[in-house]
Amino acid sequence: MRYETDRTRRRGHADTATDTLARGLGLFSIALGIAEVVAPRALARTLGMKGQEGLIVGYGLREIATGVGILASKDPTPWIWGRVAGDGLDLATLATALEGNNPKKGNVGIAMAAVAGVTALDVYCAQTLSRESPHPLPPAQDYSDRSGFPRGVEQSRGAASDFEVPRDFRAPEAMRPYTQPQAPQNPMPSM
Amino acid sequence: MKALVWHGTTDIRCDSVPDPQIEHPRDAIIKVTSCAICGSDLHLYDHFMPGMKNGDIMGHESMGEVVEVGPEAKGKLKVGDRVVIPFTIICGQCDQCKRGNFSVCERTNRNGHIAAKAFGHTTAGLFGYTHLTGGYPGGQAEYLRVPFADATHIKVPSTLSDEQLLFLSDIFPTGWQAAVQCDIEPTDTVAIWGAGPVGQMAIRSAILLGAKQVIAIDRVPERLDMARAGGAITINFDEESVIERLNELTNGKGPEKCIDSVGMEAHAAGTVDAMYDRVKQATMMETDRPHVLREMAYVCRPAGTLSVPGVYGGLLDKIPFGAIMNKGLTIRTGQTHVNRWTDDLLRRIEEGQIDPSFVITHTVGLEQGPEMYKIFRDKQDGCIKVVLKP
Repeated sequence: MRYETDRTRRRGHADTATDTLARGLGLFSIALGIAEVVAPRALARTLGMKGQEGLIVGYGLREIATGVGILASKDPTPWIWGRVAGDGLDLATLATALEGNNPKKGNVGIAMAAVAGVTALDVYCAQTLSRESPHPLPPAQDYSDRSGFPRGVEQSRGAASDFEVPRDFRAPEAMRPYTQPQAPQNPMPSM
Repeated sequence: MKALVWHGTTDIRCDSVPDPQIEHPRDAIIKVTSCAICGSDLHLYDHFMPGMKNGDIMGHESMGEVVEVGPEAKGKLKVGDRVVIPFTIICGQCDQCKRGNFSVCERTNRNGHIAAKAFGHTTAGLFGYTHLTGGYPGGQAEYLRVPFADATHIKVPSTLSDEQLLFLSDIFPTGWQAAVQCDIEPTDTVAIWGAGPVGQMAIRSAILLGAKQVIAIDRVPERLDMARAGGAITINFDEESVIERLNELTNGKGPEKCIDSVGMEAHAAGTVDAMYDRVKQATMMETDRPHVLREMAYVCRPAGTLSVPGVYGGLLDKIPFGAIMNKGLTIRTGQTHVNRWTDDLLRRIEEGQIDPSFVITHTVGLEQGPEMYKIFRDKQDGCIKVVLKP
């Protein structure tokens, strides 16, 4: 469903939900990237990929760069497609860990399932953004002259003060003084 | 005749259908000169309201010229009369009608037993609005049969245009009743969620009734633009926190009066409760998405009022009734008692206090109706209100 807001209009897109998803993926990318850069040994150990810590750090830097690109760019579409490509690389790399007698194959399988799930989101987001991004929205309609008040807003404020609210529509009497200008004001008790 | 016909979810077509006939002595037939698509029609378009059948004619905002009158309606109507047709069909004789509670007329819903199963009691028959409310053919058509026509009409003068008068059928009295339900005082801040057509009318009504400050909440730039033109301060809920901004504008006390002009299809992407509603609705565990009600209950000033003209259809989840009870909030709801307000509102239009035509953004032929439903639903092309000319 398309919605046109100031923010999405500036960027040339119209779908706020997809925009929010893209930002979420950007944040996820940065968080994953930091984890890969900060704890490559722990990750390598968990996945049975000892000796590939350098590769994991490299992938982490790629994730951070992609995340920053998504969040900082006016149009995140190419960056989200970049994530899709990165997901493919991640899956291919993880697949190599399934070969041989890696004792952590179970963990690798879980990691691949998680990457596949995120890949589905990335593809959905990238496709939706791609459908909408080529055509910037037309300028917003200007309705600033549509007050509906032939005599102007300020002249019309309270113009219907002759209207008597029917008895069955009135606020309970006990609650009225709360907002009455002439209601007595109770001073704050002194401490 | 040509009419806009519901065939299924997001499937409305301009079809050829049989002309309506007088079926009861109190009926009249009008030739429709103007009709409109209402925000609540979108609940049918998206099929969130149950009770629609393939072949139902849409529309409950219509006006035109009387072309045929049943024998029992002749004292009140004659051929050639110019009339606006309220969306609520009223008998004018039952206990509720006598009290002015026209939207809960006890006689006009011919499927009252179905409504009673859903709601506990029958409500009034409505034009073009599901078989829960009588299954009456609607007015997005070249001709409309008006049941109980001797009571269900608003006679209008020839000195005003269709565009100035058409919205007496629904959105103007609906926005007005929403504001009247707030019993506005000159010191009040009135916050209005949703700056669609009803929200726009509620803004103008609150200004006319003398509210100190009116705040409109939406995210569509054109709607916010129009709300500002009508004297409202605006909050774009996509770009700022509604709760924080409302508290800021009321010195931390919250608005005294809150109006929900959104109803069951709230779009609040990004909030936890909105995602929760989406999941529950998708799994058929909830019918409505009541984000606005929750937000109103939370931010409303204690002892304040929640006014709900927005349409809800069924079961709502996670309503913070603790906040409502402990803050002593008053909730006022209901479909609009159109005829209760229209004499007064017609006078205000004639006197130039307000010109409701400001809200019209698109005027097209009936055959373009199906396309306009989508444009209106998707809030494209600056669309706020569509008028159809059969």
